[in-house]
Amino acid sequence: MGAKPDLVAPAKAGATALERETPATPPPSGDPGLRRGDEYTPDSLIASDIDAYLLQHQHKSLLRFITCGSVDDGKSTLIGRLLYDSRAIFADQLSALEADSKRVGTQGQNIDFALLVDGLAAEREQGITIDVAYRFFATEKRKFIVADTPGHEQYTRNMVTGASTADAAVILIDARKGVLPQTRRHSFLVKLLRLRHVVLAVNKMDLVEYDQSVFDTIVADYRAFASAIGIERFTAIPISGFAGDNVASASTEMPWYDGPTLIEHLETIDVEADAAQARPFRLPVQWVNRPDLDFRGFSGLIASGSVRPGDAVRILPSGRTTTVARIVTMDGDLPEAVAGQSVTLTLADEVDCSRGDVIALADAPPQVADQFRATLVWMSETPLLPGRSYWLKLGTQTVGATVQEPRHAIDVNTLAELSVKTLGLNDIGVAEVYTDRDIVFEPFADGADLGGFILIDRATNATVAAGMLDFALRRAQNVHWQAIDITNAAHADQKGQTPRLLWFTGLSGSGKSTIANLVEKKLFALGRHSFLLDGDNVRHGLNKDLGFTDADRVENIRRIGEVAKLMTDAGLIVLTAFISPFRAERDMVRAMLPGAFVEIFVDTPLAEAEARDVKGLYAKARAGQIANFTGISSPYEAPEHPDIRVDTTRESPEAAAERIVEHIMGVWSHDL
Amino acid sequence: MTTLTHLQRLEAESIHILREVVAEAERPVMLYSVGKDSAVMLHLARKAFFPGKPPFPLLHVDTTWKFRAMYELRERAAVAAGMELIVHQNPDAVAQGINPFDHGSRHTDIWKTEGLKQALTAGGFDVAFGGARRDEEKSRAKERIFSFRSASQRWDPKAQRPELWHLYNAKKAKGESIRVFPLSNWTELDIWQYILAEQIEIVPLYLAAPRPTVERDGMLLMVDDDRFRLEPGEVPVDRSIRFRTLGCYPLTGAVESQATTLPEVIQEMLLTTTSERQGRAIDHDQSASMEKKKAEGYF
Repeated sequence: MGAKPDLVAPAKAGATALERETPATPPPSGDPGLRRGDEYTPDSLIASDIDAYLLQHQHKSLLRFITCGSVDDGKSTLIGRLLYDSRAIFADQLSALEADSKRVGTQGQNIDFALLVDGLAAEREQGITIDVAYRFFATEKRKFIVADTPGHEQYTRNMVTGASTADAAVILIDARKGVLPQTRRHSFLVKLLRLRHVVLAVNKMDLVEYDQSVFDTIVADYRAFASAIGIERFTAIPISGFAGDNVASASTEMPWYDGPTLIEHLETIDVEADAAQARPFRLPVQWVNRPDLDFRGFSGLIASGSVRPGDAVRILPSGRTTTVARIVTMDGDLPEAVAGQSVTLTLADEVDCSRGDVIALADAPPQVADQFRATLVWMSETPLLPGRSYWLKLGTQTVGATVQEPRHAIDVNTLAELSVKTLGLNDIGVAEVYTDRDIVFEPFADGADLGGFILIDRATNATVAAGMLDFALRRAQNVHWQAIDITNAAHADQKGQTPRLLWFTGLSGSGKSTIANLVEKKLFALGRHSFLLDGDNVRHGLNKDLGFTDADRVENIRRIGEVAKLMTDAGLIVLTAFISPFRAERDMVRAMLPGAFVEIFVDTPLAEAEARDVKGLYAKARAGQIANFTGISSPYEAPEHPDIRVDTTRESPEAAAERIVEHIMGVWSHDL
Repeated sequence: MTTLTHLQRLEAESIHILREVVAEAERPVMLYSVGKDSAVMLHLARKAFFPGKPPFPLLHVDTTWKFRAMYELRERAAVAAGMELIVHQNPDAVAQGINPFDHGSRHTDIWKTEGLKQALTAGGFDVAFGGARRDEEKSRAKERIFSFRSASQRWDPKAQRPELWHLYNAKKAKGESIRVFPLSNWTELDIWQYILAEQIEIVPLYLAAPRPTVERDGMLLMVDDDRFRLEPGEVPVDRSIRFRTLGCYPLTGAVESQATTLPEVIQEMLLTTTSERQGRAIDHDQSASMEKKKAEGYF
């Protein structure tokens, strides 16, 4: 084994310690060589020439990988082994580990490596890891960050999270069990996230007497499946995480295997950040650095390509072109910067450029669009609500976005396409995504930095989904706004008014329609052109196909918002009276009509509205005759900062209407 | 093709995180403990916003019991960075005279955990940068880079957000706050290597020198000033010592060492067999104590 690169720390001595002195007697009942005192004979270079060692370490590259496998595949044991063999564990941790192994371990008196990587106390009790944990170790050639991701079915979310930052995936298979449904699931996710390298680690070879035919059969099985899902290349390695075979040092038990050890292989594969240098230059602008009037720099992490002063660049989405003046750092200007570096650029011309814009190679810019087909991984216990507006964050851009009803979901075990109406926790589906303004993007296949996004719930701020943009929809690129000669402004001027949308929201029976009616009468008397859209009336026509589920309520409001927008385009003052219980939808309409939306909260306490019960609906709802009734069996999210609030227990409808008209006229006088 | 080294990639990631917070937060602050991790984090902040100054203040949650050498560097580092330095001492702890000799674990709870909450609330800070690393302790391996705290500053492991690609969701409701750890993916060796490569000034206590010490409960403690209460018969002895972590001096264990240069310190670190946190009395209580402390708002 002299020619083979060993791990830095345990090096030759460590490897020797891990060799078993007696021929295989699986399963090993004795200590497989992990006695205190045997381990951790450090790299001789550390002791003899620390400066040389540091120089060597300083030039190491970094590889991030994930391990996928179930609790039983020995995944935690393998990671524990990697840490142990590379001397990332210290003696005090080792003694804690030994004590824990005896107390809660599953390996009898042996060290239970799995305990090294199980973190949170609650999880330890259950004996499974349920989150993504990151571990660190280094060899002579590389530093490694391992994302330890669980194999349990319900934790697709965690594996996708861990895989998103990885260059490679190590898929573990228990040699006794072969390719399982979960192996397919992990491989599918690895393919979905477009990891560059797949390693098939056939583990627990010690438990199948290091039998080559077992290994060969598993590899053949896996190859058939892998090629079916588009994984063209993978590297299969027979290992034992428990005994250490082919992990850091070549196994003496498997002379039939002449390939690299797991570590050797991971030391040689290329990393994504380096590969990204071959693609065209893209810098998503994170922050504009403007310490004084003389300096204006654009900071960000280079997503792909490289850049030099003098390069012609284009700012997206505006399309303006200029050239790079300087690459500024605290250590002096750089002659060149590459993908993976955080830089600050200055540009030759004073062009508009701010956070969310992308500085790109002038001749090969990324695309701009607002409608996409995307693959989504749902990560929240609250299911997708098609049509609801979420925040979408992609690169440094954050925009409003809606997801349409999924075209299909994908069963990760069978890869079958399922017909679904929504996506729940850990579901994967394909759907159309519409953003409320153009975003700069690339298909995910061309890079994660401008192709991968997250969706954020506007109410809870939770990250509810990860998504990958497949492509922009053709219609988004080809359906342009029809130029119309009579502009919106011309319509408004003709009527001598500023179009508004007066949005009345409140519980059923709160008095929305009553007050809205009074307001419209007053506007009419003042010679204003207005129109009142009433909730009940709209449901008799335009929205008669909609019910009262959450999804239908969202669609109801979206349509009303669109109709109101057309009416304000025509110059009208629109009044609407809808319960509109969800903040997210009201915010969506506000975003559709920037500046024109006036939120009027008709604030009547539930008890008061129920006591009035003008339509007798509360009594029916209480009797269980109406499902999803706001205030009773469905929530009402009160506005946090309404433009106008009407407390109907203190103010008469007439007085409220008067005040609303005055407020609007006041706003007009500013406008005029 | 240029292959970036692991230190270049770690630096780029940390700078990206620092900038992302400044772009999205209303009022960020950097927790500055004067230790080596803080020194690296501060250095990265200066790089991230060069030629400007980092657009946030430094906050030191003081216990009055830090090493004197830490107080000296604290002032100098803030001036060098051109940043405002906020020092917070919990007034309750001052009034009650909380100290590590009489009050045991309450010392940390009241000065640090409570003091930190007070300082963040008083300053109206919505994001606080911390220098914690995932390799420090088992429970931290799963900590997110953006770690969410409820309005009562509590950490709920179930309510943390997944972090994909380079995307961080920094949205939060009023009253909620975020702790952000730009050094999450650094190891202790990376920190030392970076300090060496970038010539970052650190507290001299990290290098070995003869210092007055007593041995207590298997820990070597430095007698840094005359507030140190000697037991009957205890006499400070000069030993060549250094520290792997720095905190309140009566609670921080030293190691005997002859390493007077950074490379020698790194050499010793790689050859020793105890982990960094072993010198901290705080972690010894119970196996999952860090996790409990974290849930309560300690870093």
